[in-house]
Amino acid sequence: MGNILRSKRFWLIAPAVVYIGFFMAIPLVQMAYVSILERGDYGGVNWGAFSFNAYVNFIFERDLMDNLVVNTDYIQIFLRSFGLSAMTMTFALLLGFPTAFYISTQPQGRRNLLIFLVTIPFWTNILVRNYAWMLLLRNGGLLDSLLNWAGMETGGLDILYTPYAVSIGLTYTYLPFMVLPIYASLEKLDHRLVEAAFDLGADKRRAMTRVILPLAAPGIAAGCILVVIPCLGAYVTPELLGGGKFMMIANLIGSQFGAARNWPFGAGLGFVLLAIVLISMMVYSLKFKSLPEEKI
Amino acid sequence: MSEVVISAQSVGKTFGAGPDMVKALGGVSVDIFQNEFFTMLGPSGCGKTTLLRLIGGFEQASYGQILLEGQPLNDLPPFKRPINTVFQSYALFPHLTVRQNITFGLEMKSVSRREANARADEMLDLVQLAEYGDRVPSQLSGGQQQRIALARALAPAPKVLLLDEPLSALDLKLRKEMQVELKRLQTETGITFVFVTHDQEEALAMSDRIAVMQSGQILQVGGPREIYEQPTHRFVADFIGDSNFLIGDLVEAPNGGRAINFGESQVINFTQDVAADKSNDVTVSIRPERLDIVGADSAVANQLAGTVRAVTYFGTDTTYRVDLDGQATVTVRMQNGDGATAQFAQGDRVGVVVPSDAIRVLVD
Amino acid sequence: MKVDASNPLWRFRGITSTAMFFFAYLYLPIVVLIALSFNENRLATIWTGFTTDWYLVALSNDDMLRAAQNSLVVAVSATVIATIAATLAAMGMTRGRFRGENGVSAMLVLPLLVPEIVTAIATLLFFVAIGIKLGLLTIIVAHTVFCIPFAYLPIRARLEGMDPSLAEAANDLYANEWQAFKRVTLPLLWPGILSGAMLSFIISLDDFVISYFVGGAGATTLPIYIFGMIRIGITPEVNAISAMMLLVSIIFVSVSFLIDRIRY
Repeated sequence: MGNILRSKRFWLIAPAVVYIGFFMAIPLVQMAYVSILERGDYGGVNWGAFSFNAYVNFIFERDLMDNLVVNTDYIQIFLRSFGLSAMTMTFALLLGFPTAFYISTQPQGRRNLLIFLVTIPFWTNILVRNYAWMLLLRNGGLLDSLLNWAGMETGGLDILYTPYAVSIGLTYTYLPFMVLPIYASLEKLDHRLVEAAFDLGADKRRAMTRVILPLAAPGIAAGCILVVIPCLGAYVTPELLGGGKFMMIANLIGSQFGAARNWPFGAGLGFVLLAIVLISMMVYSLKFKSLPEEKI
Repeated sequence: MSEVVISAQSVGKTFGAGPDMVKALGGVSVDIFQNEFFTMLGPSGCGKTTLLRLIGGFEQASYGQILLEGQPLNDLPPFKRPINTVFQSYALFPHLTVRQNITFGLEMKSVSRREANARADEMLDLVQLAEYGDRVPSQLSGGQQQRIALARALAPAPKVLLLDEPLSALDLKLRKEMQVELKRLQTETGITFVFVTHDQEEALAMSDRIAVMQSGQILQVGGPREIYEQPTHRFVADFIGDSNFLIGDLVEAPNGGRAINFGESQVINFTQDVAADKSNDVTVSIRPERLDIVGADSAVANQLAGTVRAVTYFGTDTTYRVDLDGQATVTVRMQNGDGATAQFAQGDRVGVVVPSDAIRVLVD
Repeated sequence: MKVDASNPLWRFRGITSTAMFFFAYLYLPIVVLIALSFNENRLATIWTGFTTDWYLVALSNDDMLRAAQNSLVVAVSATVIATIAATLAAMGMTRGRFRGENGVSAMLVLPLLVPEIVTAIATLLFFVAIGIKLGLLTIIVAHTVFCIPFAYLPIRARLEGMDPSLAEAANDLYANEWQAFKRVTLPLLWPGILSGAMLSFIISLDDFVISYFVGGAGATTLPIYIFGMIRIGITPEVNAISAMMLLVSIIFVSVSFLIDRIRY
C-alpha cells in the first residue's frame, strides 16, 4: 500500500517537475554548454566546435595584429552593475527597514493593508513602472517643473538617462523585496525582548542596535539578496531610464542575441550571472538554514 | 457483554525504515465486546492512537490482524468499514452546514435525501442541538462542534464508534459535562465506543473497561475498579492515581498465609494470590488512602514503624510523609472530618497500618 | 511584534516619516501616470484639461489590440496549464515527507530564483537548438514555466493550512478517494487555486523580458508593443495604454488577495 501511495504522489508531482525540468533546467545546462562552443560566422552557434572564446572575450580582445590585449569594456559593465546594485540595496535598506518596522508596529488589520500596498507595484508591468519614472524625471517633466516652480532654474534637469535615474528606477522596482522579508522577521520578533532591553537600561538607539537589528538580521540579509539579485539581472530599467547608454549585465547579455550576434558570449555571461545568484543563495542558506525567498 | 466486536490479534505497527524506524505498536492483542465503553489509556506515544487508527483503517498494520465480528479488516479502506470516528480536531467540514455534515456519511452510502434528513433530525435531537442544523461549524462553540462531530459519526449507525481524545480541546467544566453526555449517548445508542485518552480520571469515570498502554504494549485490561485497586504493573499503579512503591521479600507468615518482609523485621501479611516464581525483591503498590496512622504504642496488627517527616493539609484530607525505619518513605492520606483520627506532627513516632488486602504485588 | 503603536515607548525617531516617504515614493509615479493619461495636452506634462480621448485613440489602435489579444491568448493558456500542474504538485507535496523532497521543492521554485534575462536566453537557445519556430507557442511554453511557482505557492499554503483529518473524516464517512477530493478537498482548496491562477495570469500578462527574447519577430505581446512605443517617445497614447495595464494588474491582484483571504 505504501508503494502505491508513493507512486500516486509521484504522478501528482511529476507533470510540474518534468515541465520545469524540460523547459528550464535542461535549457540552463544547455546554456552552459553553448558558452563553450564556437560562435557561428553569421550569428548562432557552431554546434560541436568547442572554444573558450566566450570567457577569453570577457577580458581580452584581439587587436589588428591578432594579439590578445586587455579590454575593460565588459569589466566596466560588470563593475557598474555591481555598483548600481549595491547603491540600490543601500537605498532600499535605508527606506525599507524603517517602513517594515513601522508596519510591524501597526494593528493587525492595518498591517495586512500596508503589506498589500507594498506588494501591489510588484504585480504591475515593469515597463509601465519605469515609464512612469520617465514622465517624472525627464526635462520638463514633473520633477523638473516642480523645481522650476519652486524658483530653482534647472535649465532642464538632465537626470533622465543617467546612472542616477537608473538607480532611482532600480530602487523603485525592487523595494518591495526589501520590505517583505524584514517585515516577516520583525513580525516574529517577541516584543517582550525589546521591553526587556528597555528594562535593563537600554535607550531606544541601543535597543534598536543591540536587540532589534540583530534579531532582524536574517530578514535583512534575505532582503539584500532579494534586491541585489534581480538588480544584477535588470534589463528594462537601464534600457528605459538609462536610455540604453548605461548597459548593465542583462543588457550586455541581451545585445549578444541582437546586434552583436555572439551567442556563446551571451550564454557565458548568462552562466556567470546564474552562478553569482546560485552561490549567494547557497551562502545564505548555509548561514540561515533557509532560502531567502522563504522569508517572504 | 458477550459478543466480541473488535478483535486485535498481535497487531503491530512500525513507521519508517532503517535507523529512523519507530515502533509504534508492538504486537497487541485485545478483544472489545458489543455495547461496551472501552477506553485505551496511556501517555502520548504509547500507541493508543495508532491502534485506533488501525481499527479505523487510516493506517495499515505492519503485522497481525484486526477482526470485525470475526471478519478480517486488514485490506478494507476506511470508507468500506462500518466504523466511524470522532476526530480529535472534530474535522467538521467547514464549507458544509451542520446538517450537510451529518448527512454526508448517509449520502455516501446512497441513503435517500428524505431519509438522510430525517436521520439528521434524529441525531440533532440526540445531541440536543435541534436548532442548529443550518449553521456552519465556525458559528458553533467548541462544545457544540464536539456534539456535531458525535452526531455526524453516529448518523450512519456504525458498529463501532472510535473517539480520538475528543474532549482534550474543551475546558474542564465542559469536559465534565461531555463525559456524562458521552456515557449517555453510548447507553442510548447501544453502539460500542472505543475511546482514546491520556486522562485517567476521564477513563475511570466513563469506561466499562480500560486498557492501559505503555510503549506500544497493553499492560492491563480491566474495569475501572480493577485497574485502580488491583494494578498489575508499576506503570499502571503510577499512571492511575497515586501510589507507594515498596520492595520486599515474599515469606511465609508466622501464622500461616503469605506475608512480605520489608527488612528490619517489618513483616506484613497480605491476601493477594501470587504465583511464586519470584520471591525476593518484589515491588508492591499500596494506595496512600488505604493506609492509616496510629500511635507508636498501638497494638493494631499489620503495622510498620516509622517517623513522621512532613504533614501537608489539603482541606478534605491530610497527607503524612512517613519515613519507615531503614526503608523507603511512604505517603499516607487521611480524610479530615468529624471524628478524624488523632493529629500527628512532624517527628512523631508512629505506626502505619497496612490492611492485608491493600498490598498489590506487581509483576515488574 | 504585537505592540501598541500609540505607546511612546514604541516610537523610534524617523520611523514614521520614512514610512510615509516610502509610500509616497511607491505610489507617486502610479498616480502621476494615471493623472496624465487624462490630460488633454499633447505634450503630456503640462495640464490643460481633462479628457478621455487618449483612451479612445488607444482602444482604436488595431496594432495595440492585436498585441493585447496575443497577450490574452498567452496568459490564458499559460495560466490554465500552470494551474493544473501546480495544483497536482501541491497535492502531491503535502502529506508527509519523502526522499528527495528538498530537491523537488527547489525544482518547483527554480523559475523564481533564476534571473529573467538568463531564463530568457537559455530558453531561446533551447528552442533554437531543438528547432521549434519562435512565436506565440514558444512564449506560452516559456510563460508556463514561471507561472507554475506563482500558482503553486498559494495552493500549497492552503493545503498546508488544511486539517489533514478532514480528508480522513470524509473517508471515514464512506467517501472513496475521488469523492473525498470532490466533496471536501476541492471545495476547500478553490480559493487557493483561483488566487494562484490569477497571480499566474497577471505575471504572464505583464511579462516583457522573456516574451521579448523567445517570441521572435512575429509574436508581439502587449508589453513588447508598449516597449516599442516607449522607445519612440512619450505620448499621451502610451500614457493611456500604460494606465489601463496598471489598472488591470491592480484589479487582478486585489481580487486574488481578497479571494485568498476567504476562510471558512
